[in-house]
Amino acid sequence: MRTMTPEEYRERRETVPPYTVHITSYRLGDMFHCTIDNVDPGAVIARSKGSSREEAEAVALRSAINRLMYSSSRQG
Amino acid sequence: MSTNGFAHPEVLVNTEWTELHRNDSGIRVVEIDVDTKAYDEGHIPGAVGWNWQTQLADQTRRDLISKAELEKLLGDSGIDNATTVLLYGDNNNWFAAWAFWQLKVYGHKDVRIIDGGRRKWIAEGKPLTTDPPEITKTKYHASDPDFSLRAFADDVSSLIGKRDTWSLVDVRSNDEYTGKILAPAGLPETCQRGGHVPGAANIPWGKNVNEDGTFKPAKELEELYKSQGVTPDKRVVAYCRIGERSSLTWFVLKYLLGFRDVRNYDGSWTEWGNLVNVPVHKGATP
Repeated sequence: MRTMTPEEYRERRETVPPYTVHITSYRLGDMFHCTIDNVDPGAVIARSKGSSREEAEAVALRSAINRLMYSSSRQG
Repeated sequence: MSTNGFAHPEVLVNTEWTELHRNDSGIRVVEIDVDTKAYDEGHIPGAVGWNWQTQLADQTRRDLISKAELEKLLGDSGIDNATTVLLYGDNNNWFAAWAFWQLKVYGHKDVRIIDGGRRKWIAEGKPLTTDPPEITKTKYHASDPDFSLRAFADDVSSLIGKRDTWSLVDVRSNDEYTGKILAPAGLPETCQRGGHVPGAANIPWGKNVNEDGTFKPAKELEELYKSQGVTPDKRVVAYCRIGERSSLTWFVLKYLLGFRDVRNYDGSWTEWGNLVNVPVHKGATP
């Protein structure tokens, strides 16, 4: 069984008005993986991978923004 | 391994223990995700992957899978009745906690949660693989479902106003509880009305865990619940939006704190917030 070790793990927060998102990224082999959660409650809302951290995070952020835009359209 | 004062410390293993024992005979690691792309990207070597939406839930009506379906899933996963099952997953172990609850409903003896879940395993740089595990199928015999661990909408209706003997715990975010929003940001709205079940205390799931996703010590958890009137002498029902976050709180109250009667209302707000003619309270007070 081939195993790999996740490296260059990083977590950070970014504001996507009016929301704050939590961005996690790491390298596995030659690919960077990125997940974005909605902080409260912490559900993953976007996931992507790319050849660089910047690419993986940019794709995931675009996906997250799309989902968040829909969320803000209707409140209880 | 520290027991942190837990009533049943045997149901929790840390990542170090898991790394040492994951290949032991009689142990099966299972990753449970709501989005199994996570498992496909890389999982603990030897771990089986379960999809919460398609493998743990009935695909026709809203319910748990049947006893026969569970027996097949476990048998196909190489799990027999004596196997120690180690669960972890994405979304802060919410769905791993659901699987724990579901396995207890069907009577599996030795099931444990990997503290901190997928996030902590990866943050610590522990090994992952994309290779599927080698499985020898087994024959599994489940018990009949133990519904003393589960609450239905009628049960919740019947305990409204009985705060001297029952506690309702709404584990959603404060904005969901008050009715300000119908669903967490970025997730689908699954209800027609916002708010909470009258009398429910709001103790969001995240208060159970540290920054790294591991569970807080028993003393801190006891104080957290006591401060909201949730004490071991009462029977407790926990709910959230779809029943997965409340599974984690159910796990905390039942196994880490040892409360005698704790039930997970898996219908949760997706059911209650759509029901006709049931009471709903909006705002920050119970």
